Amino acid sequence: MKLLEFLKRERKKSASVAKERLQIIVAHQRSQRDQPDYMPMLERELLEVIRRYVNVDQDAINISLDREDDCSVLELNVTLPRSG
Amino acid sequence: MAKIIVVTSGKGGVGKTTSAAAIATGLALRGKKTVVIDFDVGLRNLDLIMGCERRVVYDLINVIQGEAGLNQAMIRDKRVDNLHILPASQTRDKDALSAEGVEKVLDTLTKDFDYVVCDSPAGIERGAQLAMYYADEAVVVTNPEVSSVRDSDRILGLLGSKTRRAEQGQDPVKEHLLITRYDPERVNHGDMLNLEDIQEILSINLIGLIPESEAVLRASNQGVPVTHDQKSDAGQAYVDTVSRLLGEDIPLRFHEYQKKSLLSRVFGGGRR
Repeated sequence: MKLLEFLKRERKKSASVAKERLQIIVAHQRSQRDQPDYMPMLERELLEVIRRYVNVDQDAINISLDREDDCSVLELNVTLPRSG
Repeated sequence: MAKIIVVTSGKGGVGKTTSAAAIATGLALRGKKTVVIDFDVGLRNLDLIMGCERRVVYDLINVIQGEAGLNQAMIRDKRVDNLHILPASQTRDKDALSAEGVEKVLDTLTKDFDYVVCDSPAGIERGAQLAMYYADEAVVVTNPEVSSVRDSDRILGLLGSKTRRAEQGQDPVKEHLLITRYDPERVNHGDMLNLEDIQEILSINLIGLIPESEAVLRASNQGVPVTHDQKSDAGQAYVDTVSRLLGEDIPLRFHEYQKKSLLSRVFGGGRR
């Protein structure tokens, strides 16, 4: 009986796991939806420039463009290693 | 002026062509003069689903390149008076499809017809983008399955940016969600995304729900759009979908799990 309940509980999960995964990936997709086409290139080149001076990882840079009413804000976050 | 409806999905194999054929047939059965166009250049299949594969002489590319007139290329449906099929080319590559050419064909068709249904190829490449570019409305076909839902979201992004309506700042393309291959029993067991979840993730309005049904394969085997099979659940679900496209308020069917009785299991009464 316990085994049956265990199996049933496991089964309940797959659809809700699917939902959670989709919510995350879809939110990510949408955040990139309104970005201008040059953003990936800009991100790559900025990383190159920073790397000339500091040795940072590929994923140490985070770039986003937020649009407000009449202006856009380009936000750039770089995590530098401690020793610099 | 005809309404242009694109049937699209991103992912392949979710039922775009089945749905385009079934919806076009349903619109024609309701007395709307309808043409359904296959945009899958190189891999045409709409002609098979519509059962007119042996009557194809000219195709969309021939028309675009001026080798044939629209009236020569369009095939009149054998079963429904108001229905025409414009097949895709089987031999040319998809680059033969030009934006100007498609626009010219659609401009001519919208003058003569009530509805132009565009059957999009899978993917987000040229063929798919051209199929959606001139659309007024979009039916986004989605299976209750992660990759299909994700791809549908990508397509929604393109509908909102890479269409004539978006680029010219007109009213946006009206987006409808069509869920296909829905299995209430698996949903009930928690093994399949339910329709509320899919709607919540994609946040667009639901135009129809087609249950997983043996009738769909039967229909494609025979080359008769499933809308004609009015005994089947899928056929009825497509009729409901068409009614909603025409603005009617029809309650949802076939989404609730009904336990099969022992008798119906024994005698196969559950088969639809």
